[in-house]
Amino acid sequence: MKYDIIVVGAGHAGCEAALASARMGKKTLLVTININNIADMPCNPSIGGSAKGIVVREIDALGGEMGRNADKTLLQIKMLNRSKGPAVRSLRSQADKVTYKKEMLKTLENTENLEILESIVADLMVENNKIKGIITEDGKMLYCDACILTTGTYLKADILVGDKRTPEGPHGEKRSNFLSDNLAKLGFKLLRLKTGTPPRIERSSIDFSELSREDGDDEELTFSFDDIAYYDYKNQVPCYLTYTNEKTHKIIMDNLNKSAMYGGFYEHLGTGPRYCPSIEDKVVRFKDKERHQLFLEPESLYYDDIYLQGFSTSMPHDVQVDMVHSLKGLEHAKILRYAYAIEYDAIDPLQLKPSLETKVIENLFTAGQINGTSGYEEAAGQGIIAGINAVLKLNNKEPLILSRSDAYIGVLIDDLVTKGTIEPYRLLTSRAEFRLLLRSDNADLRLSKKGYDVGLLPKERYDKLLNKKREISELEEEIKTITFPQEKCNLSEYLKRPEVKIIDYKDRFSKKYSKEVLEQVEINHKYEGYIAKAKKEAEKMIRLGKKQIPDDIDYSKVDNLATEARQKLEKIRPRTIDQATRISGVNPSDIAILMVYLKRYYNE
Amino acid sequence: MNDTIVAISTALGEGAISIIRVSGDDAIKIVKGIFKGKDLNKVDSHTINYGHIVYKDEIIDEVLVSVMKAPKTYTKEDVIEINTHGSVAVVNKIMEILLLSGCRLAEPGEFTKRAFLNGRIDLTEAEGVMDLINSETELTRKMAVNELSGKVSKLITDLREKIVALISNIEVNIDYPEYEDIEVVTIDRIKTEVKEMKEELTNILKLSEDGKILKDGIKTVILGKPNVGKSSLLNALLEEDKAIVTDVKGTTRDIVEGSIIVGGVKLNLIDTAGVRKSSDVVEKIGIEKSLSLIEEAELILLVLDSSEELTEEDKFLLDKTKDKKRIVIMNKDDLKNNNKYNEDVIRISAKTNQGIDLVKEKIKELFNANAFLNKNLTYFTNVRQITLLKQAIESLNDAYQGVLNNSEIDMIEIDLKLAWERLGDIIGANYTEELIDNLFSRFCLGK
Repeated sequence: MKYDIIVVGAGHAGCEAALASARMGKKTLLVTININNIADMPCNPSIGGSAKGIVVREIDALGGEMGRNADKTLLQIKMLNRSKGPAVRSLRSQADKVTYKKEMLKTLENTENLEILESIVADLMVENNKIKGIITEDGKMLYCDACILTTGTYLKADILVGDKRTPEGPHGEKRSNFLSDNLAKLGFKLLRLKTGTPPRIERSSIDFSELSREDGDDEELTFSFDDIAYYDYKNQVPCYLTYTNEKTHKIIMDNLNKSAMYGGFYEHLGTGPRYCPSIEDKVVRFKDKERHQLFLEPESLYYDDIYLQGFSTSMPHDVQVDMVHSLKGLEHAKILRYAYAIEYDAIDPLQLKPSLETKVIENLFTAGQINGTSGYEEAAGQGIIAGINAVLKLNNKEPLILSRSDAYIGVLIDDLVTKGTIEPYRLLTSRAEFRLLLRSDNADLRLSKKGYDVGLLPKERYDKLLNKKREISELEEEIKTITFPQEKCNLSEYLKRPEVKIIDYKDRFSKKYSKEVLEQVEINHKYEGYIAKAKKEAEKMIRLGKKQIPDDIDYSKVDNLATEARQKLEKIRPRTIDQATRISGVNPSDIAILMVYLKRYYNE
Repeated sequence: MNDTIVAISTALGEGAISIIRVSGDDAIKIVKGIFKGKDLNKVDSHTINYGHIVYKDEIIDEVLVSVMKAPKTYTKEDVIEINTHGSVAVVNKIMEILLLSGCRLAEPGEFTKRAFLNGRIDLTEAEGVMDLINSETELTRKMAVNELSGKVSKLITDLREKIVALISNIEVNIDYPEYEDIEVVTIDRIKTEVKEMKEELTNILKLSEDGKILKDGIKTVILGKPNVGKSSLLNALLEEDKAIVTDVKGTTRDIVEGSIIVGGVKLNLIDTAGVRKSSDVVEKIGIEKSLSLIEEAELILLVLDSSEELTEEDKFLLDKTKDKKRIVIMNKDDLKNNNKYNEDVIRISAKTNQGIDLVKEKIKELFNANAFLNKNLTYFTNVRQITLLKQAIESLNDAYQGVLNNSEIDMIEIDLKLAWERLGDIIGANYTEELIDNLFSRFCLGK
């Protein structure tokens, strides 16, 4: 069998990659270990969150599926950081783990050009450093022009609980035994990473009566710019909040030597994420904290598991029981699934181009946790870009590369391919320099044209955007004509005052504008000064981004470069001066030297 | 890759020893070829070796040769220093031999340029060295040493750390909005910290502006009606210090005609012609021109006549200069004292030199020169740094204004970040186009 594009792995990255590829007209095969686990959420039952919610909006703006799929399966949704500025607001939802998978499978099955195969990929067929196809564990050979690896945490995965190490994938799934070794043989440098998940508690065994309740927002919200609400905002499922206490901390400290992470059972352990520490990490590292927050999040309406957010651990089962029982409201809780840590292989993302094509094998792309990231949204964001770029590559077109001032997805990929990572990489708002430009509310304005131009975003969605743009300019003009004689100004100026809200003047407009249009105009005026500053700073970066570094540059010929800088530049081979400035170990003086060299290079 | 450069690093013809410094890939090889003594290839790094410089079988001098191998050297390249007996003829001969053996004569500041390019020193330090090389007075030399010692970098680094601490706390609040475990940055904390940083930087700016004036020379104009003794005053100031009036090349405006060094401080005299010819300033050059001179000047020496009452012209000049840094000098104190003007005036006699010292002290006092000479002050001395400093202060002001306007915390943070960036630009922590411009202009890299 021959396909245009084969996607290996059907998690959040794989689904977006396969959908982008098929929707852009390529004959696509999606290979998964277990068809019932497509678009699974093996960890928290949540889509979105700080920065991540904006990524979901970006995926949607480009023509991806995650936002729409989350909208269809919402249990609860809220806007984070409402009290702060518009730049840092971001949607966070609880999604139903059962319907999320179902809806995604339905979408995949209804997509033209897309086939699904249940199998495990063992090896790649490569000729002259170019991908030719895949070989499954049962020996089937499938041919393709491009391949996208989105294997998640399955490569040689080990589950760690106490002193037990079991070779299997998330919640007992089969792992991929051979693919990562074969990747190493092809020349990929592998990383060993680790992450963890907390225990799941039976809903009926929890006493919620004394726990504080966390509700969704009291208004209709959606991730997708389709603006279709599938849920009833008056009927959302609540989360609850509890805390660790002195007793919990004592149990942890007393049993620390039994934890997979602290017990010293293994000579080498994969590197875990700093920002998502296990509960034993938190207790050990922040000794002075009397308590830590834990959220109780519903996983689904179709089964009873409650996810104990903030309580991930690698303690043995009996200690986990004691730990859970020490928590308020969980004194008699029944653990349905125990917490565990998982270790897996990933590839060093410095071996990737910004298009997510590997530098090692032509037409081979990778996306998601295999690239060292963590999080559903980060995976999906890479997946859609890998899918788009695999198609563009086969069509002999320039890749779609989002810059750091275009999108969080741009920040994510640039960080990966420029700085690499040694721990599972999570997107944070603080990673984005120009986040005032990368807002949740303007993701469509930033990206929909790009999604449409590459042939992924459907025309009706693009028309919708054009219409929004038109209305924004109309309203911009109109507010100049609405005057406040007493204040000696028009609404356009009046809006700059913090207390003035555009919605209060909607009756004076010639027509009814949507709340999105009103919001854009209000933000543009209220934050005009700040936006101008952010744009000015971004332009510096864009200017340096236009200074290309030739592909064939020989760094050994650039005099005076520091040794470390020379090695790093040689390894990463940045495309532009801008990218080079972000490589750690490359100092400003190295950049200056490189610029001098390039001036000569171009002049000669 | 790096050619080998050579220069005499002590002043020629002074002192008992002269040092010739060689740096570059072939430094050891070249000196080894003209040195009779231990094999310089084999000696340990950072050793001093006794021997002779020999050229075509002729012993040129008895020398000590320091061998310093890369990378722990000033330029991070192999460096050799030849300590020779100080005679000009010997030093010149050794230089000649080195040039014939494959060295190139270093351009001014080229050792420093290499130290910077090889990552040994940062931009402010490099600028400090360049200033040191170009310093004319004791004062500017001290300033340059101050920069070179890294004090300036240290100060900026400390301030940036303060800002980063604030920013990262704000960031955590944004990224983990639902967690109460983390201390929430309050507007009050931002307000207090920004205010402190603002004040610190504003003080440094004030000091820097004085420092810059002192470094570049104080634009000075001597004013007074005809025959009041302007040129005698100038001569008295000159004679005292045996300084010379020279043309200053390349100064920004033509009005600076010469400079003198008074008590270690450089004065750039504006319109000396007006002084020398003892002509009536106002009438000769016109009121407009004299006003623009006053405007331009950083220091005004206004000379009055002790033997006469204040004239209209005197009053005009006193009035027009009242907001400037000025010294009112009552000349001809040896004659009659008929002048009733008595506000903050220094009485002198240019003829007998009486009171001249007081004038000099007053000049230093006005520009804090003694503080610069004696104390370890931290400040910036070049335009690039001062401009960036001003931008950083402006951003902190914006952040402060944001606090007062009740702006959202993440908006205020934008200004904090800008302040952090500009401070980084000062010490060359960021790559900017200004940085490369600076490199080109100061180090002639383009050639």
